[in-house]
Amino acid sequence: MTETTVAPPKPVVVEEGKPQKGWAGQNVPRKEDKRLLQGEGVFFDDIKRHEMGYVHFVRSPYAHARIKSVDVSKALELQGVYGTLTGDEVAILTDPFFELSVPPGAHMKDYALAVGKVRHLGEPVAAVVASTRELARDASELIEVEFEPLEPLVDARRAQDDGAPILHDEAGSNVVWDGTFDWGDFEGAVAEADHVVKIKELHFDRFSSTPLECSGCLVEYNRGTGQWTMYCNHQMPGVGAIWMAPSLRVGLDKLRFVTQDIGGAFGNKICLHPYFVACCLLARKLNRAIQWTEWRTDQHTANAHGNERWFQDIEVPVKADGTLLGFKVRAVDDCGAFPRYEPLGCIIWAQVTPGCYRWRNIRVDFTQVTTNKSPVSPNRGYSRMQHLWLTERIIDIVAHELGLDPVEVRKKNYVKHDEFPYETPNGCIYDSGDYARCLDIALELVGYDQLEKRRAEAKSRGKLLGFGIGSTLDSGTNNFGQSMILNPELQFSGNNEVATVKLDIFGEIVVTLGTVPQGQGHETTAAQVVSDILGCSPDDVNVRPGHDTYWNSHAGFSGTYASQFAVTGLGAVKGAADMLAGEMRKLASVVFGCSDEDIELAEGQARIKGNPEAALPFMALGAILNANNAGLPEDLDVTLNCRYVYRPPFEKPDVERKYGNLTLTYATQIHACIVEVDPETGVYEIVDYAAVDDCGKRIHPQIVEGQVHGATAQALGAATHESFTYDADGNLMTPNFYDYHVPHALDMPPMKNGFIESESPFTPLGAKGMGEGGGAGIHAVCAALQDATGKTVTESCNPYNRVWELLRSEDGHVEVTGR
Amino acid sequence: MTISVEVDGTRYEREVDARRLLVHFLRDDLNLTGTHIGCDTGNCGACSIIYNGTLIKSCMVLAVQADGARIETVEGLAEEGELTDIQQAFSAHHALQCGYCTPGMLMSATALLRGNKSPSEEEIRRAIQGNICRCTGYVNIVEAIKSVSA
Repeated sequence: MTETTVAPPKPVVVEEGKPQKGWAGQNVPRKEDKRLLQGEGVFFDDIKRHEMGYVHFVRSPYAHARIKSVDVSKALELQGVYGTLTGDEVAILTDPFFELSVPPGAHMKDYALAVGKVRHLGEPVAAVVASTRELARDASELIEVEFEPLEPLVDARRAQDDGAPILHDEAGSNVVWDGTFDWGDFEGAVAEADHVVKIKELHFDRFSSTPLECSGCLVEYNRGTGQWTMYCNHQMPGVGAIWMAPSLRVGLDKLRFVTQDIGGAFGNKICLHPYFVACCLLARKLNRAIQWTEWRTDQHTANAHGNERWFQDIEVPVKADGTLLGFKVRAVDDCGAFPRYEPLGCIIWAQVTPGCYRWRNIRVDFTQVTTNKSPVSPNRGYSRMQHLWLTERIIDIVAHELGLDPVEVRKKNYVKHDEFPYETPNGCIYDSGDYARCLDIALELVGYDQLEKRRAEAKSRGKLLGFGIGSTLDSGTNNFGQSMILNPELQFSGNNEVATVKLDIFGEIVVTLGTVPQGQGHETTAAQVVSDILGCSPDDVNVRPGHDTYWNSHAGFSGTYASQFAVTGLGAVKGAADMLAGEMRKLASVVFGCSDEDIELAEGQARIKGNPEAALPFMALGAILNANNAGLPEDLDVTLNCRYVYRPPFEKPDVERKYGNLTLTYATQIHACIVEVDPETGVYEIVDYAAVDDCGKRIHPQIVEGQVHGATAQALGAATHESFTYDADGNLMTPNFYDYHVPHALDMPPMKNGFIESESPFTPLGAKGMGEGGGAGIHAVCAALQDATGKTVTESCNPYNRVWELLRSEDGHVEVTGR
Repeated sequence: MTISVEVDGTRYEREVDARRLLVHFLRDDLNLTGTHIGCDTGNCGACSIIYNGTLIKSCMVLAVQADGARIETVEGLAEEGELTDIQQAFSAHHALQCGYCTPGMLMSATALLRGNKSPSEEEIRRAIQGNICRCTGYVNIVEAIKSVSA
């Protein structure tokens, strides 16, 4: 057997769970690293085909315009140009993508290329294919498109005004979906309250995770079978296929998705289907492999932003002792030009309806509208992050207005450790956790007991010091039944994931996954789980990198999204490995002529318990069944190739009451930060930062910690600089990394981490999904800025100029009524 | 025009368009796909290489300018499959997740450590500030580089 060395545990861990037996729980070296460190990973753009053609999309220079004509003739005359595709062709060759929402959203028409009209800057209008990237770009400039500009709708709050421009004429409205969520008794809570805190408006800004690898694919069309193969970085092929196949008027089996290494996705690579359909049409039309690599500017302009959301007319009934009784809010969600995945965001926030708190009376009027901006898609923390920002803003604004301590008000209102499993007002079951303990660790890590001393010291230097907390939940493993709350006609519910584990002829253990990893170390953690069950080392387990439809190890919801691999992905791996272990014991028992209960798997062998001499190496088992099986009993039901579908225990929700368990696990992140603001300039620095995470059992603590670092960095970027800002004409002001400033190494504050492990009672390994985080960094920075400036922070993104304005602004966003 | 370039110890002669970027020359013409592209504007650093001993972003140079140059990429760091100290440190410290920024990050770290065997944390952060990573928050990248500093 080969040796696996274990990296020393990191000293930052504050509190460990139970001592580990076996490989799960240890920081084994990542299997992915060796290739990635040598530039030997295979990302889609690394793949080439003979005589392949490069696509360049002709994109709209307007936010909103009618297309009067498209003329490709001059481009086709250029030598080296292979062909073109226009919206008119797309309208003939494909059907619009299916829409998730009930009307009006159901009537919105969305095609691979703009048909008749463009609805956002950068929307693809035509495509051209040529022999090189440069030539395709040249040719795109020869395509003449005549536009008739229309008035753009940029501010979602105007979407329902009389006379507002309508994006989708077929829908007759800019509203995608609206609904009221009403749980408990809000009026009763107001009557019981001593104070009602009213907040006029809060705004959660647009940003995205901007994965460093842009989107793309290499598409081959097989004329003989009518099948397309897409070497790509789509992170949710199951749903991608459901969108693409009906649009292309083919069966699902005509679409093969292949991924290996993906340069980050964070949800932003879920809605690639319009581009992929265009590439599929071109591959068929031109009978040639088609390569599309998105340009960075196009990724920022026209792929996928995170949802922008306005929260208006918030009312919060509070008792004199600081007990929060509930809240009421009107939410206006801006999904950009096309709804795509987004209507689900109208419901998904409800996974964390009360945030971390015990308030029971909650009413949310939710409306999603289209605007002439980039479409949005899931983005790390998707939809829950916006809602959790609201709940954290409410807590801090209430504390600020009523003179309550933000630590104490949290501890008073947090769901208590002994209340788990805790049922929320809308029927979700929080599985486990200890929020107050996590907060205590975070406070200790930032040195909270020295806060006032530091505040005074900062003041002596002319700086304003502020302290803030972000308490969030990372809800993982979706119950897709929540889509029925959106649209009762949708036939989606539950969830699933697939893995196969086989023992091959030379004793190789081979694992395939249905998931689509993008840096989360699935090969490594799957090998840990398999090696513990089969009694070998992770080095003996070969986990195939990436995803391939041809492996047949996927199901309807396969993919890597929504913080679930440790539950669904590893649940499937565990199931398949358990099946294989049973088969290996059975085969060995036949060989030895004993009961399979007498066989144990250990040290790469199947052996008789208490008699290590009677041992068959895995190689012998693999060889016997696969190549030397004459004489085996006829009724021996052993394949040594096991496929398992993990299906979490879910019921369909009550659609009328919008009630039910929407996710299986709830990981906790409690962050605390200290900022120093220069009151003259608005420039501020995060001088201390702590992130405490509880995701149940950690299979690989180092990977968990890495996810916490990454989620925190993205949240801090969103809190401080990252904003997809549009001007009044719908032009994006931040279309690349010059103007859209993501954190660089010098921007990151020193980060302290703590972990506790509250195992989930509901999952195969006690693990919870994690990785997205709940945007805790945004919430913590907003709270700290409010503490430092004494002004109500109403924006999620607070660059220095906004803080400067905040310091000079009149407050007046909040009103307190009461006895 | 025809250019002659040495990349990771191998000499290549190729006909290139005058407007071909060096990074596209490496990736598309030489099929050396270890060097990555993450932006159109020279901000992200995924394409960082060492060019006649100096760290550069290969998307900011034309292939024709590289005629006669000696280039080192991530693909030439390990010798006979033996990872360098900095590559090993990246793995030990979990300094890479998706691995897309990693080639550029490794070249920046390699260039730093050649000129400065014991950089301070500030110097490390300054040396990689031209490399964007969206996965790690740089925490473990800085730790990895620190760990191989003298």
